[in-house]
Amino acid sequence: MTQISVARSQRFKLPSIPLALTTLYLSLMLLLPVTALLLKALTLSPAKIWEIATSPMALSSYNVTFATALAAGLINGLAGLVIAWVLVRYEFPLKRILDALIDLPFALPTAVAGLTLATVYSDNGWIGSWLAPFGIKIAFTRWGVFLAMLFISLPFVVRTVQPVLLEAEREMEEAAWSLGASPWQTFWRVVLPPIFPATLTGVALGFARAVGEYGSVVIVSANIPFQDLIAPVLIFQRLEQYDYAGATVIGAVMLLISLVMLLVINFLQAWGQRYEQ
Amino acid sequence: MNSKVNKYQNPSQNAASSSPQTHARLVKWGLIGFVLLYLSLVMLIPAANVFAQAFGGGIDRFLQTFSDRAFLNAAKLTLVMALVCVPVNAVFGLSAAWLLGRNKRFPGRAFLITLIDLPFSISPVVAGLMLVLLYGRNGWFGAALAAGNLQIIFALPGMLLATAFVSLPFVAREVLPVLEEMGDEPEEAARTLGANDWQTFWRVTLPSVRWGLLYGLLLTNARAMGEFGAVAVVSGNIVGKTQTLPLFVEEAYKQYKTESAYSAAGVLAGLAVVTMVAKALLEAKTGRRGH
Repeated sequence: MTQISVARSQRFKLPSIPLALTTLYLSLMLLLPVTALLLKALTLSPAKIWEIATSPMALSSYNVTFATALAAGLINGLAGLVIAWVLVRYEFPLKRILDALIDLPFALPTAVAGLTLATVYSDNGWIGSWLAPFGIKIAFTRWGVFLAMLFISLPFVVRTVQPVLLEAEREMEEAAWSLGASPWQTFWRVVLPPIFPATLTGVALGFARAVGEYGSVVIVSANIPFQDLIAPVLIFQRLEQYDYAGATVIGAVMLLISLVMLLVINFLQAWGQRYEQ
Repeated sequence: MNSKVNKYQNPSQNAASSSPQTHARLVKWGLIGFVLLYLSLVMLIPAANVFAQAFGGGIDRFLQTFSDRAFLNAAKLTLVMALVCVPVNAVFGLSAAWLLGRNKRFPGRAFLITLIDLPFSISPVVAGLMLVLLYGRNGWFGAALAAGNLQIIFALPGMLLATAFVSLPFVAREVLPVLEEMGDEPEEAARTLGANDWQTFWRVTLPSVRWGLLYGLLLTNARAMGEFGAVAVVSGNIVGKTQTLPLFVEEAYKQYKTESAYSAAGVLAGLAVVTMVAKALLEAKTGRRGH
């Protein structure tokens, strides 16, 4: 036991280059910018910070951003569960290609996603032209924001649930089934519990991604304040108007929320791992 | 009690008839149908539209964009982003993964892992804003940079910093689990046999993690070439000077040059297809799945 700990402590002294490189790069690239943003925000008086952070336009942009991202995350939570289930449990033609295509939102640049969603769902686009006669407008409305967030957060739940579902023992389901559980009971009591933490992790990851998304949303929405203006676009506009105080405060609010999301995701992942054991 | 007995007997009774099987088949094809419909609406039809619009006017019209100066500059700049940020983040990612994978109990290990993930949860616009607050004219280092006649914001260095920021976690994230799975016995053996640190790294560690590394490089590259928000904030979007392909797409679209926008989008979508094919091949080779 002591030998092991001696070996460990010896090895701890060795990685001087990786240690120096990692801490230096992370400090310059992450810690320094984060600190700069928070300290810059704090140079303003508390009253001023509160005034900017809770101005009607800022509040409305939080509402559009977070409510829409939450809706997109939850819808993708359900759809992602079904997609993962179908990809793991069923065999059908072209399944492997479909499986690979799930990663499209990771690989396709967001500007391209925004461009094509805006075209397809505009009044004369492939899908938009079918909806237009019913008075349904998607592109350049809040629905467009929702759609872009749906696209961008789609792979997360699928990719977090898939490996857990693959590992799940089907004998457990068969046992439940042969002991007289109905398909619904089997699903709720046997299938769902182990994949639930993974699903929540996926929803949280997708939500965090959707909250920060800029490229696709800025193209597919009209960016009108109090209608479909999201917080990242508001920060961008503030910067363009040289309103650094406005950009900094709203940016700091968004940063703090991402930090909280990061902690939530870490917690969910730890919970999921404990479940596996 | 009686009903319970009945319940236990139920499955075997049902198994005798074919109704549960028909039911299961109905559920199966119903779910597959739902998945296809959902993916089509959100993803597949929009993706098909990119190629239809880019190549629908014939290959000549698509190629015409390649003679556009602004497009060529944007394409060149996009390559520069990848050529600089991918190696830099690869070196960092390898050293961070090694540090975390080979030292299980050093103070701040959990904090470090969380920190590496930070760029995934920060909005790209906020990332760009942070760089402006550091290196912009009114930023922390603004005066010093101006005195040295160095420009970072609205210039190439700022765009590289923004791109490196958003693509920072991938290599570290992908290599770390491979390193952990590999264990440190091979490295110990190499050292016992007299290899020094560099030899151990080049001949033992690196070959063992090569697929994970390649996977990380692939994701880093895709993100570096495709980043929009963070680069948009720091670049100033000066045509021909600080415009990458994703910025070119948005600019062309806003100016109603839809054809140019889609030609550039077609190039970027082609890149996405290459990324996904390579990713699928890697996953097939290593028997693992995405994130």
